[in-house]
Amino acid sequence: MEHYLNLAIRSIFLENMALAFFLGMCSFLACSKKVETAIGLGAAVVFVQLLTVPLNNLILRYLLAEGALAGLSPALAKVDLSFLAFILFIGTIAAATQVVEMTVDRFMPGLYTTLGVFLPLIAVNCVILGGSLFMQERNYTFGESVVFGFGSGLGFMIAIVAIAAIREKMNYSDVPAGLRGLGITFVTAGLMSVAFMMFSGIQL
Amino acid sequence: MSAGSAIFGRHERTALLGPIVNVNPIAVQVLGICSALAVTTRMDKALVMGIGVTLVTALANLAVSLVRNYTPGSIRIIVQLAIIASLVIVVDQVLKATLYELSLELSVFVGLIITNCIVMGRAEGFAMQNPPWLSFLDGIGNGLGYAAVLMIVGFVRELTGAGTLFGHVVLPLTKNGGWYEPNGLMLLAPSGLFLIALLIWALRTWKPELQEEA
Repeated sequence: MEHYLNLAIRSIFLENMALAFFLGMCSFLACSKKVETAIGLGAAVVFVQLLTVPLNNLILRYLLAEGALAGLSPALAKVDLSFLAFILFIGTIAAATQVVEMTVDRFMPGLYTTLGVFLPLIAVNCVILGGSLFMQERNYTFGESVVFGFGSGLGFMIAIVAIAAIREKMNYSDVPAGLRGLGITFVTAGLMSVAFMMFSGIQL
Repeated sequence: MSAGSAIFGRHERTALLGPIVNVNPIAVQVLGICSALAVTTRMDKALVMGIGVTLVTALANLAVSLVRNYTPGSIRIIVQLAIIASLVIVVDQVLKATLYELSLELSVFVGLIITNCIVMGRAEGFAMQNPPWLSFLDGIGNGLGYAAVLMIVGFVRELTGAGTLFGHVVLPLTKNGGWYEPNGLMLLAPSGLFLIALLIWALRTWKPELQEEA
């Protein structure tokens, strides 16, 4: 239990997807003008991440890993298909995003109109694919992948909501002309990244 | 491309050279920042990543453009993703076979070329409307613009953070008997964001038409 808690805290704060690995930067910068949209996007990312990382973990374990197909035929015992991971991961992600979109549309029409545009965009969000690839690289078990999926999604959500709140306040600041918009957002993200580095002192 | 029309005419030149400064994918179009920052702690990583992205963007643009008239609009994203993912698998396997050490250090970021917004953005925004040769050049141009930013950021970070360039000692460090005290912050995440911000500031001061309204 303690192990899972450590992993969750590590993936939310220490290895924050947006601020420590720069994943999902495109939507991090593009969808952070208002807190409301940031919360919507963040929630959708948490949800898709929670769905795809464990799913990809199962695919990797029972379909792609060396010897996974041995049950079908002894001739397949030495087949290692893990080089196909990229294409299967992205397929799972695209499919999961589609399913989530349809489910939300059917059962939660209010949320669907709020999220609207962002839901399909999640398929190409680096956080999602990055989560699955980190899961593969670090050989997470199924339980760990559930925790990691949730934690990394939540970390991204915290980061994007925080920067959106800062940017809303910053509307009233007098920024040098060349730095307006994108430039100052980078500086803000950099300062937030410095702030998040303080978590790296935590011993788990 | 109609027969006889210049293989390297005005449009082709714009497609190739425009993205390097004027419509730079990172600084102006805000594409592909995701993986850009994490691989710039060393110049060799930045160079390999730049080459990889250039190849994938150019070939993906070419392939997407070739099938653009046969792709139904409803499944175009899946088609593009399949093309891009296949190309990235090739790049990843080649890297693992030839530069194994480096591919370990790049870890997940090679795979993340798939979701690199430059590749998707150019495939969707340019290759779907333009002929193959022009799209190919556009892909090369955008890849080079991305590589250029990566190399600049990588140069500053490796030089000031570790005193080396491509792993060769340029500024001897104090701990090895030299005179340069390395700035460890340059190797950490925030400095990448600050450097890109400064780069954007410099570019927009040089070309004021790129500035945003407050």
